[in-house]
Amino acid sequence: MIEKALIKRTSKSYWAWVLFLIALIAVGFAAYLYQMTQGFTVTGMSRDISWGMYIGHLTFFVGVAAGGVMIVLPYYLHNVKEFGRITVVGEFLAIPAVIMALLFVVVDIGSPMKLFNVYIYATPHSMLFWDSVVLPCYLLLNLVVGYSVLQAENKGLHYKKWVKALALVSIPFAFSIHIVTAFLYSGLPSRHYFLTAMLPAKFLASAFATGPSLIILICFLLKKLCGFDAGWNAIKKLSVIIAYAYTATIFMVGCEFFTAFYSNVPSHKAALQYLFFGLHGHNQFVPFMIVFVICVVFALFLLIPRQNRENPVKLGFACALVFLSMYIEKGLTFIIGGLSETPFGEIASYHMTAVEFLIIVGIFAIGILIATILFKLVVVVKKDRDPGAYVPEDRAGLALKLTTEKGMFVDTVARDKDREDEDE
Amino acid sequence: MYKPTKIIIALVIFLAIVTFPIWSSIGSDSVSPDVEISLDTPAINALGDDASCIYDTDYMRANHMKVLSEWKVEVVRNGNRMIVTEDGREYLASLENTCFECHSNYEDFCLKCHEYSNVDPSCWECHLEPVTDSNVSEEV
Amino acid sequence: MEKMSRRKFLKLGTLCAAGVSAAAIGASSVASAATTATTGTYQKNVKRLKGTAMGMVIDMREIDSEKIAELQKVCHAFHNVPNVPNEKDEVKWIWAEKYVNLFAGETTERLAEKFADKDFVALCNHCESPVCVRVCPTKATFTNDQGIVLMDMHRCIGCRNCMAACPYGARSFNFVNPRDYLDEVNYAYPTRMKGVVEKCNFCAERVAVGQLPLCVEAAGGAISFGDLNDPESKVSKLIAENFTLQRKINLGTKPKVYYII
Repeated sequence: MIEKALIKRTSKSYWAWVLFLIALIAVGFAAYLYQMTQGFTVTGMSRDISWGMYIGHLTFFVGVAAGGVMIVLPYYLHNVKEFGRITVVGEFLAIPAVIMALLFVVVDIGSPMKLFNVYIYATPHSMLFWDSVVLPCYLLLNLVVGYSVLQAENKGLHYKKWVKALALVSIPFAFSIHIVTAFLYSGLPSRHYFLTAMLPAKFLASAFATGPSLIILICFLLKKLCGFDAGWNAIKKLSVIIAYAYTATIFMVGCEFFTAFYSNVPSHKAALQYLFFGLHGHNQFVPFMIVFVICVVFALFLLIPRQNRENPVKLGFACALVFLSMYIEKGLTFIIGGLSETPFGEIASYHMTAVEFLIIVGIFAIGILIATILFKLVVVVKKDRDPGAYVPEDRAGLALKLTTEKGMFVDTVARDKDREDEDE
Repeated sequence: MYKPTKIIIALVIFLAIVTFPIWSSIGSDSVSPDVEISLDTPAINALGDDASCIYDTDYMRANHMKVLSEWKVEVVRNGNRMIVTEDGREYLASLENTCFECHSNYEDFCLKCHEYSNVDPSCWECHLEPVTDSNVSEEV
Repeated sequence: MEKMSRRKFLKLGTLCAAGVSAAAIGASSVASAATTATTGTYQKNVKRLKGTAMGMVIDMREIDSEKIAELQKVCHAFHNVPNVPNEKDEVKWIWAEKYVNLFAGETTERLAEKFADKDFVALCNHCESPVCVRVCPTKATFTNDQGIVLMDMHRCIGCRNCMAACPYGARSFNFVNPRDYLDEVNYAYPTRMKGVVEKCNFCAERVAVGQLPLCVEAAGGAISFGDLNDPESKVSKLIAENFTLQRKINLGTKPKVYYII
């Protein structure tokens, strides 16, 4: 089946995109080799800030991977039929996301030759060990389930019972990958920004906002590029999930502020002060946090009122803002913020280096390449087997009109309405 | 299209090629390697005719890496720094402070054989080669 | 001959392959059983210092900045600790830290400068409930039977989880190849490689043969070392007779380094 992605209905621009990504991967790999020969001195990490951007990105992409469950769970557990067409999108999004998360761990390991010591000397009291157990398991589950579902569809069959069983197993795994990743930090006694029981809940909430936001953006992109239509009702349902999850996340961020500043305990305030306002002259993250706050305000405004959320253009913006804001909060600043106050009561700074940047770009390129191939596979299979999900070529122009709600999803809105009438 | 005979023949050829390193060396166990290692160090010479390693030479030649790997665990993790052989000799289990006391000629002993057998043990990334005139001037 | 179906043929082929590999595994395990390394017994040195909770009492009344520099020199020279000039990448086992920094968050607010800026000895606290050991995914860092927290450099993968976890900033990562920054080499002790974490080991290699840690020896009586579980030991007596401080005891790590102020 995979050959469909590679050879069927390819265009020059597709190959140009793939080659571009491969070039980025090559650059990232070269940067990684440089890091391995020179040592981690070429990164911005130090004796004080011992984890940096790599572990931050690990955290963020574990969240993206876990976020896919917000389609899988309603569909398999609550029989939300609208998600039927895009469950495979959720499952296939988790694959590149987990692979990226794992790669971010690998590039962060000082002695990768000894990496498998994690399994050889399995250590149940270590959270990092559990992370390295649940992440590959979740990856495998999504590969098997996503591929089997799509293969069944390709053959014109319904997927088998064991596939559904595995999909149900993948649900607790989706939660566990992010809970374990949160435990990695929230169990450290001397890092006050990490040391909060709120952390796993905050991580999950933000994941359930970030993952679905990315799925909506991908659906919009698939529609624009390939004419694949996820169904407006599915998108509407997802947007409600995002609105609740994102509001909950921001609420919890607010709670962190209250606890730190009302209690007025210095080491509880330190990380927030450092990130949002600057502390002891260290303020390199303040611009990022200003962008974060602006994103939050606009995203909430676009998500909470129903008429905003149900406008495709505004929803698209809202999803982009949600993704960007959580990328800043979780991917870029969370780890550095937590480690910024050293055990000696001083603030240590961190400056990302070009080497780190190129390695991160390389891993992004790997993830996007895998996503490109997987989603192309989805589109090709769906075009053969689910013509209803497809906007006819001559009407593609109409579909691209992002001006109004009806302009973009005119055909699906109409069809969904027909279906509702039929059901009645 | 589907011809089992051809597939089986191809499989046999494939297996034959893949297992070449195994069957090509059958019967050549007794051939001693074409490499000469030196036991000419001050410490070994001082022992004279009584010179013997912690275990006998053939055993050490084949198993020194296993011995060292076991020491590594016993010393670092279990804190057992002494090894008492079956015939009652006591040694400090230490590469630097026991092995190299006698085998102070890294280049003519360790390295020669490692190069011959094309192995690059990661031990040397941390464990220092014994002090010799050549590496002292180089390292210090 | 009855024609085999493709599926049957593939199944047969897989079975054959499985059989061959099983035989190979069997043969190799027989071979390795015949050549196990052990032909002797391992023992501890009889002179080994006794104790189940090795700890340290540092009398700061008798130690000044110069003394600390001397202790560091002795320790780092013996253990081949590199002298990395770039502060971001530095490696240290024992070093000087100002009182206000060493006891950050636990000092008085309007402390006179001469006390606040006084250099204290900082090193690994060899906690009884060490966070680093709890978080290490490979058991590369572990507590030995004497309560000394050790590093197994062979096993460390360099994930730096222990560094994020340590409340005392006791751990250093080899950001560079340490061999490039050795002022002089001690051939009796190994170096480390780049990409692993290291820290003070309470001179476990000396304790094992009945010697005191190097810093204890070099401090000329200002630092004492011994079993905190033994009420008759020198460290226990010093703690019983003097006003002492431990770092960050509110975190539950139970550090075993005591300071006499």
